Amino acid sequence: MKNPIAGGAGGAARVEVALPHPRTAQRRAFERLLENERLLAFALLSPTVVLLGAFIAYPFVMGVWFSLSSISVGNPGEFVGLKNFIKAWNDSIFRTAFWNTTFYTFWATIFKLALGMWLALLLNRHFRGKRLVRASMLLPFIIPTVLSTFAWRWMFDPTFSVLNWTLYKSGFIVTKLPFLSNGEWALWCAIVVNTWRGMPFFAITLLAGLQTINTDLHEAASLDGANGWKRFWHVTWPLLKPVTVVVVVFSIIQTFSDFQLIYVLTGGGPANSTHLLATYAYQIGVAAGLLGEGAAISLFMLPVLFIVVWIQLRYLRRLEGA
Amino acid sequence: MAFQGDRMQRRTFLKSAGVAGILAAGRAPAFAQGTKLHIVRWVDFIPEADVELKRQAPEASKALGAEVTFEFINANDLQPRITAAIQSGSGADIIQMLWNWPQLYANALVDVSDVAEPIGKAQGGYYDVFNASAKVGGKWLAVPHGCGGNAVAYRRSWFNEIGVKEFPKTWDEYREVGKKLKAKGKPVGQALGHSFGDPPVFAYAFLWDFGGAEVDASGKKVAINSKGTLESVKFLQTFWKDACDEGGLAWDDTNNNRAFHAGEIGATLNGASIYIVAKRQKDKIKDEKGEPLYQDIEHAALMPKGPAGQFALYLPFQHSVMKYSKNQKLAKDFLKWLHQDANYGKWFEVNEGYSVGAAKKWEDHPMWAKVDKPLQVFRQAARLTRAFGHPGPASAKATESYTKYVIVDMYAKAVQGMKAEDAVKWAEGELKKIYEA
Repeated sequence: MKNPIAGGAGGAARVEVALPHPRTAQRRAFERLLENERLLAFALLSPTVVLLGAFIAYPFVMGVWFSLSSISVGNPGEFVGLKNFIKAWNDSIFRTAFWNTTFYTFWATIFKLALGMWLALLLNRHFRGKRLVRASMLLPFIIPTVLSTFAWRWMFDPTFSVLNWTLYKSGFIVTKLPFLSNGEWALWCAIVVNTWRGMPFFAITLLAGLQTINTDLHEAASLDGANGWKRFWHVTWPLLKPVTVVVVVFSIIQTFSDFQLIYVLTGGGPANSTHLLATYAYQIGVAAGLLGEGAAISLFMLPVLFIVVWIQLRYLRRLEGA
Repeated sequence: MAFQGDRMQRRTFLKSAGVAGILAAGRAPAFAQGTKLHIVRWVDFIPEADVELKRQAPEASKALGAEVTFEFINANDLQPRITAAIQSGSGADIIQMLWNWPQLYANALVDVSDVAEPIGKAQGGYYDVFNASAKVGGKWLAVPHGCGGNAVAYRRSWFNEIGVKEFPKTWDEYREVGKKLKAKGKPVGQALGHSFGDPPVFAYAFLWDFGGAEVDASGKKVAINSKGTLESVKFLQTFWKDACDEGGLAWDDTNNNRAFHAGEIGATLNGASIYIVAKRQKDKIKDEKGEPLYQDIEHAALMPKGPAGQFALYLPFQHSVMKYSKNQKLAKDFLKWLHQDANYGKWFEVNEGYSVGAAKKWEDHPMWAKVDKPLQVFRQAARLTRAFGHPGPASAKATESYTKYVIVDMYAKAVQGMKAEDAVKWAEGELKKIYEA
């Protein structure tokens, strides 16, 4: 034994000492590793990094590569530079889809914000059955989009629409309303369904924001003679702005890249009047098998969303700094 | 090519199809234990057809010595499934191909000429449409399975009420009939939305009736901006307004079935499913007098005649063996088994004409003597059909045009108010990007 182990001072009589148990030694080594902050951080972060890498970074990088290549289903293709992007930009259906996506996102977000805020203010009051109402309000958000959109599709059905039937029986209309068979109507119908589905998310998040506002502020404003609108505009709204910006950012991202709702409700028709970038990318990439072109169309969403998110987050920082 | 009491011919077929050895040996070939064969098909518009295939699965398993399983998915989901399977290199061993999809997925499909050729030869030859849809570079990349014919289903009594004893022969006559039907609140129903079947089946055939075409015979030069196309668009603008249910712009492939069964429309272009489902559910689907609706349904084999003639676009079905499959031999053996007279015949009979045979022999099947008169029109349906891209080849570019609904949307734009000339010009621009870029 080259190294003294322990005890045996002065080299007198040999003392037998117990060697540390191998398992105990391993545990200590492990504990020492855990005490190393860098290593611990790496250990804790690595599952997340692996997950993000596998499910976000890898598909994203592949998507970028696809968009720069002539890949089609079953054919690896070759590098074509920006050809797919140029082709998409010169495509009238793409431009229609781009415009529709912008229009759809803009109006759906406005409606979701306005109605969500209104609902949140109502739910912030005290009334009987408040919890039940709050919970049930989340239903549109909880039900799978495909399922709820099928229900809406039935309501807007050109032949069997319950809405048309009700309006007709009530004497409000004499001919059917072209909910999904007229391009403009169809896009507005999609906005209505998106608003219905997304409003609870706004309402609940804004409600959470409302509940953080100290009631003393409202009382003070009331004592100063502020009416309901003034209390909202000068007290509630400024304090709610940070939450609102975050919700709007999330909503824009989700709405701009919406797919399921249009796919089920209209399939992008009639005559492409409800095609969004996501549904058109799917049509080109999956149905026509042109994966490269499909990826290029979907990547057009990236700069738009990046700019919107950047502006809003800058605004948020300014608010926090103020 | 007889069907009954002709053992020799059946044996000849079995021999040529290569499964005689299996039967002679009296036992299944030796595939590794636990081998599974996975087949993906659409959910049929005739539910009993899927039931029959499921019933046959254990028989096939026994004959082949491997577990055969069918999976039925929505027709609109077939392409996403195929794409995912090919790109990931895993999935079903055999996938049903609609239209000319073998052209689109050619690199990922196994050459099945050794299966398709003998079957076609033994069964009187395949219809021409399959040369366009399933044969790529002289090789069969799919085994033709059947063809979904279309016909105009109409209400005999309602036609009689407006003094029409037989289905109109020309589009002009049909417009007059449609006007009267619409005045009665029972218009012509036609899907013109974004859906895989009915809208293109109508739009392409209508275009051809007026002498229009996407491209020339080379398939490289766009020819849509022609007098014929323009006339067809102008005609449809008035026909749509005068005779059709204008909600058709939002219809998919199921809407006209439901509308017809509910007595909302008087005529519609469709497969045999309207009649067959009405007959099989005669206790539920009734006319306004409470009588089974199917008794009042008549079929016109083709849409009316246009200035250039009378044409059709029917839906070819075929099965492809995927290149990534580890069971390619088994898959081919299964397709041989599936196309044996005894097995295919049972499936064919259940269809009652909705899916007709891929080869001409099936026109002589005794089933045709048994099916109702309105279904007889489907007997030679597959002889009549053209394929996408006509008069050029049914290439992958033709599929791209179909997938983008360029022809369907040209008409859809026009009936929504766009000037006919502008709608044609729009289609020309889109087609040039596909065919000439």
